[in-house]
Amino acid sequence: MPQSEILLKMQGISKSFGPVKANDNINFEVKKGEIHALIGENGAGKTTLMKILFGLHKPDSGTIYFAGDRLDLTGPKDAMAKGIGMVHQHFMLIPSLTVTENIVLGSEPKKNLFFDIKAAEEQVIRISNEYGLKVDPKARIRDCSVGIQQRVEIIKALSRGAELLILDEPTAVLTPQETRDLFVVLRQMVKQGMTIIFISHKLKEVLEISQRITVMRAGKVVGVVETGATSEEQLASLMVGRQVLLRVEKRLSSPGRNILEVKKLWVSDQRGLPAVRGVSFNVRAGEILGVAGVEGNGQTELVEAICGLRHIESGQVLKDGNELAGKSVREIRKLGVAHIPEDRFTSGLCGEASILENLIGGLHLDTPFSSKGVLNKKEIQEFVEKAVEDYGIKVGSVHDPVKSLSGGNAQKVVIARELASDANLIVAAQPTRGVDIGAIEFIHRLIVQKRDEGKGILLISADLQEVLSLSDRLIVLYEGQIVAELVTRQTTEEEVGLYMTGGKRMVVEGGEGV
Amino acid sequence: MDILHNLFNLGTLVAGIRIATPILLAGLGGLHTMQANILNIGMEGMMLFGAFSAVLVSYYTGSIIFATIAAILVGVLAAVIFGLFGVKFKCNIIVAGIAINLFGVAFTIYLLRSIFHVRGALSHPKIVGFPVMDFPVLSSLPYIGELFKGHSIIVYVAFLMVFLVHLFLYRTPKGLHIRSVGEHAEAAASVGISPDRIRFQAVMISGFFCGLAGAYLSLAQTRMFVENMVAGRGFIALAAIYFGGGTPVGTMLAALLFGFAEAVSLRLQTLGFPSQFVLMTPYLMTVFILIIISYVKKVHSQKRKYEIA
Repeated sequence: MPQSEILLKMQGISKSFGPVKANDNINFEVKKGEIHALIGENGAGKTTLMKILFGLHKPDSGTIYFAGDRLDLTGPKDAMAKGIGMVHQHFMLIPSLTVTENIVLGSEPKKNLFFDIKAAEEQVIRISNEYGLKVDPKARIRDCSVGIQQRVEIIKALSRGAELLILDEPTAVLTPQETRDLFVVLRQMVKQGMTIIFISHKLKEVLEISQRITVMRAGKVVGVVETGATSEEQLASLMVGRQVLLRVEKRLSSPGRNILEVKKLWVSDQRGLPAVRGVSFNVRAGEILGVAGVEGNGQTELVEAICGLRHIESGQVLKDGNELAGKSVREIRKLGVAHIPEDRFTSGLCGEASILENLIGGLHLDTPFSSKGVLNKKEIQEFVEKAVEDYGIKVGSVHDPVKSLSGGNAQKVVIARELASDANLIVAAQPTRGVDIGAIEFIHRLIVQKRDEGKGILLISADLQEVLSLSDRLIVLYEGQIVAELVTRQTTEEEVGLYMTGGKRMVVEGGEGV
Repeated sequence: MDILHNLFNLGTLVAGIRIATPILLAGLGGLHTMQANILNIGMEGMMLFGAFSAVLVSYYTGSIIFATIAAILVGVLAAVIFGLFGVKFKCNIIVAGIAINLFGVAFTIYLLRSIFHVRGALSHPKIVGFPVMDFPVLSSLPYIGELFKGHSIIVYVAFLMVFLVHLFLYRTPKGLHIRSVGEHAEAAASVGISPDRIRFQAVMISGFFCGLAGAYLSLAQTRMFVENMVAGRGFIALAAIYFGGGTPVGTMLAALLFGFAEAVSLRLQTLGFPSQFVLMTPYLMTVFILIIISYVKKVHSQKRKYEIA
């Protein structure tokens, strides 16, 4: 294989959005037939660089050479025509259409006036066989798992003649098993002459799959390394610019009494179908109970039911012996439940409101922030200044709208507010999603600290590594039921992965309640 | 028994089909915009423009073909105005629809008075209507043959269109594009489909059908133009689309249901029931059927619940 041949060369690329330099004189090279990882924290400029390569942004300066020719892209369609394909982090698939329809959309084969579905299906099957990407061409996307949907996206790029494939955080949504399958496929594709740019922040995976790694920080390339000659620690400190602690340091837990008792809980989803099906578990004082599971197996509904955002069909939720079912969100919070919601911008924050307002939201009705229905500006100001300093929230002014903050800083606002009340149960859903490594470290430390103070923590995360490194005990949700209850230090990623995908199930007390 | 026999007979069905036709035509147009995820409440106005243009051209040329073409062109033109504001300039789509409807009522009245110098309604021997025909083969069937006899040609065209629209939406690339844009515009854009262009085209298709529906109102049912003669049929069509789940066949069934309900209420009037009650019946029937549908859906989903559990 001509390993040394340069397929892509991006030279002196700069791109600014207002005052922010997203890309600052970037040089980036990819060799033909390699898997090249591009890593960096959120906001480091990886996505901007890739969007420039895919024709979604125009660079302010710099040139791109692809397969020896200079590229001046006018849009994604142009990039695709030149042989560059991209699989976005959020899939660009239409749920009610079939696999085949999604793949050929926009360049459908025709027979007379009509869409030639037969020819399209044959095309899908051909590519699917060539690269070992198994899909059912007639299945509807909404019935496909996330792993299959990703394959559809890859086939879509390949069917448009991609020679260079950009994968934007492809493993973020996958289970460990699906990730392994994906890696098999990627290796197969490379063997057949494909070149892949693999964007990720999961260092283990990057080390496993790539040949070379380019590291970005704050809009600049800070290092290009051969994968064989580097380590997780070196990459992490390159990304963050300082030493980081990758492992969460914590003592063994010493759990106390039950803070939260959930008994045979049934909760329905949006369509009225049961999403949580007879789930029973406890959270004790001074422990972190992790909930692992592929997203969409009832975690969201479980959290919403506990926090009063969703109707409880049957079963009990007891907080310090008080029944939560039927209580309002405010009553539940008053009983000492803090909630870090999974999507901070839809249910954790009010985007248009200021950082200050968001920091006291929900606390504003009580002393000391208000008395007799009037806000107490002085108290609020003091509290907010302290929170901003304690949590290291990077703000211009606390009166700016909260949506102007980066993901990590916005999450810190949510956490600062939720931990400010003296709640002894903290429900943390995806607490570090979309947050950069430095902030993840901070948030993890904080959660462990709260545990050590004797609070009960229910941690829901789609990131298996996070669940495994933080929680003391964990339960695995699969199709709305608890399929396993494990002590974290006695299990492995592989074992939990098996439970998560329904490949294995243990008989859990109360888990099968009907 | 006599009353029931008087109410539910072939004659009522035939009347129902006639009443359903304009709702069906407008619905077939509007379902394109619905599939493209555009709330098109401007159909009322587009139909009214079509109805007026048909009468106008029929009066001056004496040609039903020219009248039909004019109605369609003007319907599309009204749709283009709606599309310019609602799609291209991104002004609020509901406001754009209301504007088209109000403009339609006012402008046709203005033209009626300034061109024909009449108020209220225009009917004249020079206005040529659609020819009436029997549908070959089907009309000679025993008993149900009555259903396929003596309708205006547009009635048959409308029902044929159900089939054509189905083919268009589900068997052509353009139909696929309309559905994709409606469901996930960003995904469609990522493969090089321009969502706004597709939306505009869907709006124009709705204008085409609304124009035709308007021509039917003024040249098939009555051979006259009456101020504000669409009288809510654009909204009924919108209801029929949602009722029918946005599919051509579903919309047809919903339109027939509405048509039949109105035909029954017209019959009731001739039988001497109080008119207030009579006028209420189509809506009562609609509510009643909606209750049945949602009950069936609920039972169905509970069954699924049980199966999963």
